[in-house]
Amino acid sequence: MNEKNTRKLLELLEENASLKPEQVAVMLGEKCEDVQATIASLEKQGIIKGYKALIDWDKTDRDLVNARIEIKVTPKANMGFEEIAYTISQFREVETCYLMSGGYDLALTISGKSFKDIALFVAHRLAPLDPVQSTSTHFVLRKYKERGIMMVEDFEDEREVTSL
Amino acid sequence: MIDYNRVLSRTTQEIQPSGIRKFFDIAAEMDDVISLGVGEPDFKTPWCIRKAGIESLEKGHTWYTANAGLAALRVEIANYLKRRFSLEYRPKEEIFVTVGGSEAIDLAVRALVNPGDEVLIPEPSFVCYNPITRLAGGVPVPIATRAEDHFRLTPEQLKAALTPRTKLLILPFPNNPTGGVMRQEHLEAIAQVLRGTDVMILSDEIYAELTYGGLRHVSIASVDGMWERTVVINGFSKAYAMTGWRLGYAAGPQPVIKQMIKLHQYAIMCAPTTSQYAAVEALRNCDDEIEAMCEQYDMRRRLLVDGFNRIGLTCFNPEGAFYAFPSIRSTGMRSGEFCMKLLEKERVAVVPGDAFGASGEGHVRVSYSYSINHLIEALKRIEHFVNELKA
Repeated sequence: MNEKNTRKLLELLEENASLKPEQVAVMLGEKCEDVQATIASLEKQGIIKGYKALIDWDKTDRDLVNARIEIKVTPKANMGFEEIAYTISQFREVETCYLMSGGYDLALTISGKSFKDIALFVAHRLAPLDPVQSTSTHFVLRKYKERGIMMVEDFEDEREVTSL
Repeated sequence: MIDYNRVLSRTTQEIQPSGIRKFFDIAAEMDDVISLGVGEPDFKTPWCIRKAGIESLEKGHTWYTANAGLAALRVEIANYLKRRFSLEYRPKEEIFVTVGGSEAIDLAVRALVNPGDEVLIPEPSFVCYNPITRLAGGVPVPIATRAEDHFRLTPEQLKAALTPRTKLLILPFPNNPTGGVMRQEHLEAIAQVLRGTDVMILSDEIYAELTYGGLRHVSIASVDGMWERTVVINGFSKAYAMTGWRLGYAAGPQPVIKQMIKLHQYAIMCAPTTSQYAAVEALRNCDDEIEAMCEQYDMRRRLLVDGFNRIGLTCFNPEGAFYAFPSIRSTGMRSGEFCMKLLEKERVAVVPGDAFGASGEGHVRVSYSYSINHLIEALKRIEHFVNELKA
């Protein structure tokens, strides 16, 4: 598959990972086997990292609290931020971990059952780590959009009936 | 008590309401209907165009423009037609701005047709040509295009339809509802028939930016000997997702355009000012945006056409616009019946093909200006419907 179609394939799957290879193949004008082979190769190369459903847990009875934590760290000689970022990423509660430019170094999003859960995680797991100088925790109050999908209201087609 | 049947114009009363309208009035009463019916882009107007509109309001550009449209816009239209379709028009004399392509169609027909003149209308096609012709006192002469000809107008058909009273040929390509397009060689063949005659052409190119398969749209006005007899009609609705801005234009020989502008200034005065400022931005900076939208349509088109063929509703491969026009003959139903039952049983709304002329019977028009998920769901329901019929 050429570069342009590989890129389109990735965009299609990024938007909707549940598209079947045969559907993608039709849309791109490729053979189904070629799409399957390309996907397999992209997975192998680590370009496609995984397939996850986007779930609005607020609509279920599961309690879930999300927070964003900004961390300042002391980088380690030779390792820079790699080691501490890797260590923090290992925690199950950590959903994203980014190295940032600007006023702090690492930005995390984490989830827990309750505010207390998250507070304890910060106090007991993050703060004691040697390179961590300070943390600043911000709780998520409402999610409007997640990974390109609106979380608050369904898309409504406003187009009215016209004769054409 | 006034008897309105007697006071209303007979000509107007005799004109049938559009079949699309009738059908969707029923659909609108139902819940959970998935529509594949609309004839406008699902994309919003690109932000830079909207911003240009907003800025024009902020600056207080709220007056009329010249009847023919903003001078800057007409210059940009001339540049655009040259850049995209190799068409040469002088912005001052040969181009003017209208309220959508629809107004331009109306004006062109009224400017050209005398009572009794014949107007050749390839069908299936957009619903306005026939009533507009009749309002001008002309005689609509439908030419039925066929799936086996890729819904193109053939030179043989054209030759057979020509009479000494033929005034105007409508060329509605890329075509709504079939998705048929006329490539260079097909236009050459049409030109061959028309050279040496006085037959004029109204080339409705509103879907010109939406052609698929690598080849760009060709305008008949760029074919040798055709410029002098052609009024090119285009607009911003489909290419730039600007339907609600109501902006189109006509380009053609000065004597025709001059008469059209005269009608325009009495009926309309000028197109909306805000829309015209926004359109200047569209033509200057949005070639990339329209190509990105076109790519999206192309993927949906393939998905839909493949889906219909798989379901057993044979679908001609549309090369333009954003409609598929599958045949529903295998179900043994007429178009209207098929659409009604599909709506009742599966809550999917598509348009009966005969709404676009008698020759559309046996087909339905399906728009793919919808998200991929929407299309997949609709296909699933249609498949279920067709399988139930077989059972």
